[in-house]
Amino acid sequence: MLRYLFKRSLILLATLFVASLVVFITIEVVPGDPASYMLGLNAQEDTVAALRAELGLDKSKPARYISWVSGLLTGDFGTSYTYRTPVADMVRDRMWVSLPLAIFALLLSTIIAFPAGVYAASHRGGITDTIVMAFTQLGVAIPNFWFAMLLVLLFAIKLSWFSAGGFPGWDAGFFQALKSLTLPAIALALPQASILTRVMRSSLLDVLNEDFMRTARAKGLTRRKALWKHALRNAMIPVLTIIGLQFSFLLAGAIIIENVFYLPGLGRLIFQSIASRDLIVVESVVMLLVMAVVLVTFAVDLAYAWVDPRLRGTR
Amino acid sequence: MKLRSLLPGVFLVLIFFSAALLSYIWTPFDVTLIDIKSRFQAPDTTHWLGTDHYGRDMLSMLMVGARTSIAVAIVAVGIGMLFGVPLGLAAAANRGRFLDEAIMRGNDLVFAFPALLIAIMITAVYGPGAVNAIIAIGIFNIPVFARLSRGAALSLWKRDFILAARAAGKNTTRISFEHILPNITNLLIVQGTIQFSLGILAEAGLSFVGLGAQPPIPSWGRMLADSQTLIMLEPRLALLPGLAILLTVLGLNLLGDGLRDWLDPRLRRER
Repeated sequence: MLRYLFKRSLILLATLFVASLVVFITIEVVPGDPASYMLGLNAQEDTVAALRAELGLDKSKPARYISWVSGLLTGDFGTSYTYRTPVADMVRDRMWVSLPLAIFALLLSTIIAFPAGVYAASHRGGITDTIVMAFTQLGVAIPNFWFAMLLVLLFAIKLSWFSAGGFPGWDAGFFQALKSLTLPAIALALPQASILTRVMRSSLLDVLNEDFMRTARAKGLTRRKALWKHALRNAMIPVLTIIGLQFSFLLAGAIIIENVFYLPGLGRLIFQSIASRDLIVVESVVMLLVMAVVLVTFAVDLAYAWVDPRLRGTR
Repeated sequence: MKLRSLLPGVFLVLIFFSAALLSYIWTPFDVTLIDIKSRFQAPDTTHWLGTDHYGRDMLSMLMVGARTSIAVAIVAVGIGMLFGVPLGLAAAANRGRFLDEAIMRGNDLVFAFPALLIAIMITAVYGPGAVNAIIAIGIFNIPVFARLSRGAALSLWKRDFILAARAAGKNTTRISFEHILPNITNLLIVQGTIQFSLGILAEAGLSFVGLGAQPPIPSWGRMLADSQTLIMLEPRLALLPGLAILLTVLGLNLLGDGLRDWLDPRLRRER
């Protein structure tokens, strides 16, 4: 296990290093100079030069890369070109919307998928199974931002149960804030819940066909008892993997959903920054999201190898 | 049994493909024609699906939108296959060696960038547009096809007919293309259908946030974005493009499932 951990950690570091290079190089090839863009066409040359020095734009590219990466590691993401405030502060504020939204959606999708998958598998071929599977087909085909709009139409406009968008902030009270994240979380969760239901169902069906299940029934356990005592635990490994991987999808998927509901999260920040050419913000937020994806994948890999020792040797 | 998902899939996909193809030679109205006087018209005999907030014919917009979506998704799948399959075959032919490891780690790297993030980076640099959407979705498809081809090719390399080809003096490149590739084509077609449907969803998402096809080219995602502020006034503007996306993706998924069962009974999901 230690050897596996060491090897995976090396790969993780290498992936993060190359990813940071890719992000930096892609964004840095942008033509034009942020300092002159910020100061406008009529700016004096020495003012532009002073601003360039202040933002660290006068340094060489490798020097800027090193200071960007070391900044990322120490939590200093530089200063926003547009707002002139530390990017880290902006990201921290927005994170308090995006992260809870992703976690909320993950919880919802698990809560929906679990019983649906188990029920469909244990009633395989029946009418409920067919209905559940038909719903999952629809769930993976529906664009989540469109589903979000339908939710707004029904629950915000027609029924007035929720607000159509915006976020009052956590200071306005936990439940108030949670309420404004509910529709976005449902919209995000639906496609993921459909995928998870299918994985749960097929994983459970695989286990139900195993010999030890027959043994469990043979020694006198009822179907239900055998399912709860033996099958579920064994079926959980692939399901947990998918849940882990879904978290990063949810974080990225939130970028679009935040725009539907006008939520002040990382997604909105990214689009506002693109519009105002605030590339240092784009660079840092993209890198943070990539780091989240890579770290979650790493954690899932490790958890998987820990549960199933056969996987340690292979890759 | 196997036709259960294939037929509806083929039916749905045919409708949208025909609409897209037809739009090249004929649409009921010109999609760039703005006619404010007849905006928000309900469906009638002239405008079968009504008009939008600029008085444009919705059916024509949906037809041209189908063309945009399908074109972007097809080219993106093409990019994924064109680069991904040879990479996967090369990795399998050099299994366990440095090249294999390098290709697979490169895959992991691309997997770390969801298509949306790639699109965001490209857009931040070069501005939004259909071509950039194609590149973003295409890059995202490469590791998918590379992994699939490598996995499928690895099992084939152990088979007797490959040994025979080696004994006949063929080198790994020739074996990969003459013997391995034809044997994984079915898998690639099935995965291609799935990636195609994901490409339609991704294109719609990118256009929805303004990173895809730009005006005046209609696209389903942007029609939805435009309708967002009008949803209270005229829900039809949001319902139609959304349904178009849903039905196309559903059709492609059903087609993919059906093809898998039809092309390779061994892959048939028994559940």
